[in-house]
This record gives sequence, C-alpha cells and structure tokens, in this order.
Amino acid sequence: MPRLKSLEELQELRQRLQKDIKARADTSTTITVGMGTCGIAAGARETMRAILAELEARSIDAHVTTVGCIGMCSREPLVDIQQGDEPRVTYGDVTPEMVPRLIDEHLIRGNVVEEWVVGRVEG
Amino acid sequence: MSASKAEQYRADVLVSCVHDREPGLMPALEEEVRRRGLEGEIRIVDAGCRGFCSMGPVLLIEPDGIFYVGLKPADVPELVEETLVKGRVVERLTYEEPTTHACISYCRDIPFYNKQERIVLRHCGMVNPGSVEEYIAVGGYQALGKVLGTMTPEEVIEEVKKSGLRGRGGAGFSTGRKWESAREAEGEIKYVLTNGDEGDPNCFMDRALMEADPQSILEGMIIGAYAVGAHQGFVYIPFEHTGAVRSMRTAIEQAREFGLLGEDILGSGFSFDVELRMGAHSFVGGESTALMHAVEGKVSEPRPKHVHTTEKGLWGRPSCLNNVKTWNMVPEIINRGAEWFAGIGTESSTGTQVFSLAGKVNNVGLAEVPMGTTVRELVFDVGGGVPKEREFKAIQIGGPSGGFLPADLLDMPMDYETLAEAGSMMGTGGVVVLDDRTCVVDTARYFVDFLRDESCGKCTSCREGIRRILEILTRITEGKGELSDLDVLERLGRVVHAVSLCGLGKTASNPVLSTLRYFRDEYVAHIVDHKCPAGVCKALIEYYIDEDKCTGCGLCRLKCPEEAISGEKKEPHVIDPELCIRCGVCHDVCRFDAVGVR
Repeated sequence: MPRLKSLEELQELRQRLQKDIKARADTSTTITVGMGTCGIAAGARETMRAILAELEARSIDAHVTTVGCIGMCSREPLVDIQQGDEPRVTYGDVTPEMVPRLIDEHLIRGNVVEEWVVGRVEG
Repeated sequence: MSASKAEQYRADVLVSCVHDREPGLMPALEEEVRRRGLEGEIRIVDAGCRGFCSMGPVLLIEPDGIFYVGLKPADVPELVEETLVKGRVVERLTYEEPTTHACISYCRDIPFYNKQERIVLRHCGMVNPGSVEEYIAVGGYQALGKVLGTMTPEEVIEEVKKSGLRGRGGAGFSTGRKWESAREAEGEIKYVLTNGDEGDPNCFMDRALMEADPQSILEGMIIGAYAVGAHQGFVYIPFEHTGAVRSMRTAIEQAREFGLLGEDILGSGFSFDVELRMGAHSFVGGESTALMHAVEGKVSEPRPKHVHTTEKGLWGRPSCLNNVKTWNMVPEIINRGAEWFAGIGTESSTGTQVFSLAGKVNNVGLAEVPMGTTVRELVFDVGGGVPKEREFKAIQIGGPSGGFLPADLLDMPMDYETLAEAGSMMGTGGVVVLDDRTCVVDTARYFVDFLRDESCGKCTSCREGIRRILEILTRITEGKGELSDLDVLERLGRVVHAVSLCGLGKTASNPVLSTLRYFRDEYVAHIVDHKCPAGVCKALIEYYIDEDKCTGCGLCRLKCPEEAISGEKKEPHVIDPELCIRCGVCHDVCRFDAVGVR
C-alpha cells in the first residue's frame, strides 16, 4: 500500500474498502434465499451464487441472507426481496438464469416481476 | 467466480475472545468453511473483545446479527451447516438471559448490549484490530482528515473543551484545558503520551481497547499532537500486557505504512510519529509523573506536581498525557460534534463511561453507559443482577482505592461529583459487586493489602499508614479488634489522604473510610459480638450440619481435607469444630443445602 498523500486519497480508499465490509453496514435492501434442505435440493445455492455475482457486477449494496424452509417446498428456490419499507416480495422457482432480469427489474428499475411472484408480505 | 474476490462476501462471522480461551476455534471455523465450499462467500474475522467476558468466546454473524456464546471447536460443524448454510439459529448456542432463562438469538435483543451506549467501544468486536483497512472502512481517520484539512489547532482545542470531555484515566480533568495549557507552554519540543498502564486488579478496559481498536487511539493522539503542537508521541504499556503491546505495535507500523504517521501526514505539512515504550507493570506506574519517569528509563516514582507536566513533563518539556479511552473518544467528538457529546451524560460529566463489571454480577465484562446512569441500571439492567438470586449488598466503584456504596444508594447517578461526595470515585471505572455473602471488612482488607503492596514507599504517610490500617483490619477480621480501633482507622485514613503526595496515597483510605461510613455495624459485629455476619472471616465462623436437611450421603465427609466430618451412612453427619479449618468445601459440595455457617 503506497502512502496516502492527501485527504482525497483517503476518501477514495474508504469508498473502495467500504464495499468489503458491507455485511457489517446498514443497507436498505435485503435478499433472502430459502436454504432449507428442500431449497438446496432445488438448486438454491446456485441461485444464491448467481445473485452474489450479479450484485457484484452491478455494484449494488444489498445484504444476502439465508433462511430455513418456510413450507412451500414445491416452489423452491424461493427468493425474497425487501427494500426499505416496501412490501417483502417472494419469488418462486428462481433459477440462476432468472437472476439478472430479477435484479435489473426489481432492484434497479423498481418494478416487481409479477409473473414470478408467489407472495407478498407488507413491510 | 473467483473465491478471493472480497466483494462477494455475503456474511461476516466476527469471532471475539478466542485466543486465550479456545485457540482451536478459529482454525476449526476456517477449515469447516473451506470444506463446505463457502470460501469467498463467508468470511471469518478475528475481531477484538466484545466486552462480554463471562460468555466468551462469542461470535456475531452479520448482517443477520445472530449471536452465539461459549463456543467450542466441537460446535463448529453444526453452526456452519445450520446457520451459515441453511440460515437457521442453533438455539443451544444462543445466550440465555440469567433471570428469565429465555434464549436470545440476536445481539440487538440482549439487554447487556442494548442497554449500553457504546462510544469508546464503538469498534470493539466489529473490526479486525490488525487491519488499518477495516478501520478506514468504518470511517477511521475521517476525523483526522477534517482536523488537518479544515481546523486550526485552537479550533480543535475549543471543540474538545466545548464537548466537556474529562480525562478517563480517573482524575477527570478537562481534556481541552489540559491540551490548551500544553499548547500555551513555552518550548520548541512538546510531547503527547498515551497512558496504557492499567493497574487496577479487576479492570481490563484499557487493555481490551488497545487490543480491539488500536487505530482509534492513534487517531486521537495524532489529533491531540496537532492541537498541542507536538511531533513525537509515546504509548506506554506494561510489557506483561502482551496482547495490547502486539496490537499497538502492529497498528503503529500499519499507520506509518499508510502515511498516517510520519512526515507530511495526508499532505497537510504536519508531521508526527509515535513510539511504543514498555515498562514493568505497577499500580503507581500509571500516575502521570511516574509514567513519564518510566518512559525516560528511570524508576517509575511520582514527583510533586507544583509544576504541571503540561509545562515540564517528559525530559522537562511540555507534555500532554491522556488515557487510551480519552484519546479514543476524540475522533468521535470531531466527527459528530461537541454538542452531540455534551448532550450525553450529565452537565458536568459529559459522554459515557466504560465500567469493568466484576464480582458477584451475572454479566461480567465491559459495559459502557452514559455518565449519570444509576448504580441499579448498571448492575441490574446491564449487569443482569446478582447470581444465584442472592441479595445485593454493596458496590465498589473506582478500582482498588474506590469506596464502597451500600444498597440504599442504588439509585444514585454515577458521575464524577456525586461519586466523590458519596465517598467513592469514578477512577478508571472498575466495579466490584458484593452480595450478602461478602464481608465488607474482609474485602476492604483485601484492597488495602493490594495498596500496601503497590505503595512505592516514598511518602511515610502512605508507606506506614496503609500498613497500620492493614494491621488493624486484619486484627478485626480475626476477632481481636477493639472499638477504639474504629476511631484510629478514621484518623489514620484522614492523615494518609491529607499528607500523601500522589493519587495512590490520596485515595488509599477510601475502602476503609467508606465502609466505616456505610457498614459500621458490620465492624461492630466483628469486634463486639465476635461474629462475621456474611460468614466469611474464618476466625469468627463455624460450619454446622442441619440434622433435618442432611441425608447422610457422605459427600462432605469424603471431601473434607481434615477428616473433621463424621457420621453413619444415611444418618445426619456432624462437623468437629476443633478439627475444622473452615475451608468451606462441605458447604460448597452439599446438594441438600444442609451445611450452614454461623
């Protein structure tokens, strides 16, 4: 690491390093992947990896967490997206191929992808 | 997808309190994460102390905030499988609230944490102390940038003065005024110093802070150096505190590497560097002049302070010495403003105070609460109350030379002035909780014995006075005291306080004077009735077996080291008081509560 020569360099470094500890910082977006045995069997880990890669590629600050089975095993992998005070939206049968569109439409454009939605919980 | 790309981490596992207690835990976690292919997705962070000492090793999983306590390497496979892979809480590893016995899964719901207000401990357990990058990521060195970029030294001093910050080393002198007199003192060369000589026998906050968040201390020092006009600083730590020494050394090296110490810091033209100095651990070594003598390489004895160290300190030059916690608060005051800090606590004691909770309290550890918090809130809300539902008897605040306060003062707010008026002191914030089974005379004797050991011997009043006090206290605990002893103790205590030079002698009689003030009955019981009401002083107690409760199991008979217990199987046993050495083993092992003390 070269010496920091100015305040600007310190700010730049901080911007860069902040991403590295985003799990410890507050974000307004949480993506929850159903990771019960049913979810894993249906490919939830691959879906989650695709989500992580997409968030990284598009530099989106969001927490990705896992959760156990919520009982709708037939529609796994289930992915919930919650933004701020918006309703928590649950998508079903989410394959890695669906992830780019999901993130693009829901997180970036703010439009819920109605055709994939299986449920909503008020925030 | 490369596993080494840091930005993909979806969870950070912050592990605290692991090195001395479960050295195998970190490697086990790392190995399990690797085995399950979670590298690059889950990161294991070697974080510093979280302050929850009675529960260590503890672990916090972010972003969910799941909190596990008392971990062993054997718990790791289940923890990784259930929580890190499947997102489920492992209930048996969660914290059990001592009074309600409810299992609490999330850190934010644990009273020990959510009743605290953490300013000094803001990064403790949240960052890897060995990484300046993590410190910068959470906002470290922003205050330094603000100071060097936009403030004059006078403005910095004014801001610190306005915040009302008082030295957290114990004396509570205004930090801003101290800086101001060092700035105004004549001399080309000035120094700033960090006091890391934590000498109280039951305090561990300074050590924990140096281990868990060393960069914040350095940042405060650099800001202080800029304010007083110093270009060289020293951090003094007793060499026995190996963890703190290692952590500060790494922090200094990393700060130099990043150009945060050295020439022309952040292109501002201001230069400052820090050296680490180690000495042998002693209680008096934390006194400002004694500490400066130690840094100079001399014997660490105090000198009279008619000339302040801010004018003539280290090598006769203007020197500004602050406790690690004081330095640590400075960046936060600069970042959030003096008004914010002054709005916390009471009018004359602003901000927060870190207390080391020890003794008969459920949540042993480090707790930071606003100044002016009551004793009850600290002991019962944050501390979780007295274990085994015993009765709260007294609290000693301020380290070994702090005074004891009784249960009627539970609702007293703790700030510098109120504590001093009540015969105790803030000190560095050491707290010992006593329950109804603790004898105050014996406890006062214990602390006076410590102070006798630690007295440097320079002043006759301290050297001889403390020794005489100890002799009298010992006599009382042996049942050989006289009522006139109490007057002698009070007189001696006042003389030691009035005549001694430094803080050690000035405060050494606090334990005796405060217990005489609040617990005189207990002294009288020892002297007149030859009884120790708490059942502690060996010469004054007798163990007996309650015939009705004894089942004749024979456990006490087997465990008694003196073979003083006799009895037939399934028949009540008896203790021979002639043979009994009052070790209390029978009392501890009895499962039927049949062994009593009188």
